[in-house]
Amino acid sequence: MADLLEVNDLHTQFFTRDGVVHAVDGVSFSLAAGETLGLVGESGCGKSVTALSLMRLIPQPPGKITEGSIVFDGQDVLKMDDDDIRGIRGNNVAMIFQDPMTSLNPVLTISRQISEALELHLKMDKGEARKRTIELLELVGIPSAKKRVDDYPHQFSGGMRQRVMIAMALSCNPKLILADEPTTALDVTIQAQILDLLKNLAREFRTAFILITHDLGVVAGMTQRIHVMYAGRIVEKADTGELFANPKMPYTWGLLRSIPRLDERRKEKLIPIEGLPPDLIAPPTGCRFEPRCQYRRDICREKEPELAAVPNAKPDHEARCWGTQNVPGGGWLVATDWRREVGDTSVIEEIRRGDDTAAAGE
Amino acid sequence: MRTFILRRLLYAIPTLIGISIITFAIVRLSPGDPIRFFTFGVQDITAADIERLRAAYGLDKPIPLQYVDWVGRILRLDFGRSLIYNKDAGQLILELLPNTLQLAITSLVLQLVIGVPLGVVAALKRGTWTDGAIRVFGVAGHAVPAFWLGLMLILFFAVQLRWLPSQGMLTVGADVWDLPDRLKHILLPAFVLSLTGIATYSRILRTETLDVLGQDYVRTAHAKGLRERTVLFVHALRNALIPMVTALGGILAVLVGGALVIEQVFSWPGLGRFTFQAAIAKDYPVIQAGTMIASVLLVASYILRDIAYAVVDPRITVK
Repeated sequence: MADLLEVNDLHTQFFTRDGVVHAVDGVSFSLAAGETLGLVGESGCGKSVTALSLMRLIPQPPGKITEGSIVFDGQDVLKMDDDDIRGIRGNNVAMIFQDPMTSLNPVLTISRQISEALELHLKMDKGEARKRTIELLELVGIPSAKKRVDDYPHQFSGGMRQRVMIAMALSCNPKLILADEPTTALDVTIQAQILDLLKNLAREFRTAFILITHDLGVVAGMTQRIHVMYAGRIVEKADTGELFANPKMPYTWGLLRSIPRLDERRKEKLIPIEGLPPDLIAPPTGCRFEPRCQYRRDICREKEPELAAVPNAKPDHEARCWGTQNVPGGGWLVATDWRREVGDTSVIEEIRRGDDTAAAGE
Repeated sequence: MRTFILRRLLYAIPTLIGISIITFAIVRLSPGDPIRFFTFGVQDITAADIERLRAAYGLDKPIPLQYVDWVGRILRLDFGRSLIYNKDAGQLILELLPNTLQLAITSLVLQLVIGVPLGVVAALKRGTWTDGAIRVFGVAGHAVPAFWLGLMLILFFAVQLRWLPSQGMLTVGADVWDLPDRLKHILLPAFVLSLTGIATYSRILRTETLDVLGQDYVRTAHAKGLRERTVLFVHALRNALIPMVTALGGILAVLVGGALVIEQVFSWPGLGRFTFQAAIAKDYPVIQAGTMIASVLLVASYILRDIAYAVVDPRITVK
């Protein structure tokens, strides 16, 4: 099957007073039609910038996509003129943003905000667009949609507003939905509802989606594949089941260790990842996770590993780590069970001390 | 909505009572006696005549009593007779009111038509020389005194170039409905009067537009694939204009007040100039009628502003 989306060596940079921030630094991935992908990483690792780059919504200046290609449905998004890219936005690719409280325009009615995309892309007249808007609101589970369609955003709760955002995203039957932390701003009780809604509707309409989150727990039941990002790069790619069962990158191990588990017999302490993500103006020349990695060796600081297949794993499982790759000088983590072996505790102490001095220095 | 307007009208009553007491007190307590002023230099006038005159105008009573008398008459819409013109003061003021409003409204329109686009352009072209030029214009608009600028413009356009008239509303002898002639007369005073507002509005709108363009909902609008123009005019500008309503409420007061100076400079036969001359001449009834009518206008403009708020911003509920 031809890929719906093919991102190749994407570089997005922000030109600031302090220097060039390499927010997205050589990201490549692809997505088939109807496929679902989770993009996971800490704040500032470049996942949102990746999503915004896909729609060319990076504010420019200071942002700029400096290299790479984004081929959507056979066309290179980065080579399109402004009219063409507008024809794709909201039509073939739709986006759901993090904060539904601020992502809807406070002075326009819900009806207006959903209808305008329908009128623009599907050339509906006002009556048709309104009818379709009401259908969409019913679809996302807004009670008495007919009455509420003329309400303003402030008359809806946070969860309801995110439903409105989902209705808006679905309005033109997009082939791809980018959901950027769609539940982060919501109550925990609402989060599951919104995720279920998104998953079910995407399945129903065979829409591909990319779910961006910092929370591995959120993507667990949601997407077929997961890509873990760190410091502007993808550091691990795997099927969702494979990633949870057999992660191959110490950063992913760190993320998994910081999720509480219900099936553990004893109450285990959650282990945080010590240290801070690197400065993206001058990222480390070796492995970007090396300064925080308790399994590090000299090679990690000297050379950056490629994102490559790893032994003891499924064939499409790739990780960016010298320790788990079968290469000369590497491979010391191939047989490591991340659940048992915490790594070099003296290194952890060192990272922790460095973190404290950094904090004290601020 | 109706109860809201009614309530605002009720609130206006104590405000107007307060204004009336203060102006009445200032006028009566300021030095100078109108009767002596008018009789100065008149031959063959006796002290008894002066006392009789004073009694005739009710100026011999204690001030609080004069106030009560005055309020009693005001409630019957009787503003008293002008000491100078011997005509009904309210009548005199109301005849001149349209002239002032004409000037004020023209300036208001100029302020909006020039100030708003300048602000938006400055925001869109942030950091360029266009933005810088608008900023300089804005600072100058605030800093240059209106009377001085008025005189300079008269010197340049009326005296040197002879393109525009220097004073009045109409050429003497011209038809009252001669619109081009009226336009020529109003151009300079309206522009000078509008300058502060243009400066203020362009600054407010620049800040607001920049703020709104950075909002999440503007990004959402872009993500929908809307045209740049639609995003700007439908999604951004409506939000950016909300704080303008606040500025608009007070602006009528500024205009009516500012008109006082401008009317003087351009000999515009308006309320401000007339009241000013009345103040110099100690024409008590006219001063009071002028301030009261201007106050009513001001209070009305604030009520209009609150209504405009509710119309522009759906988040404000009117109960």
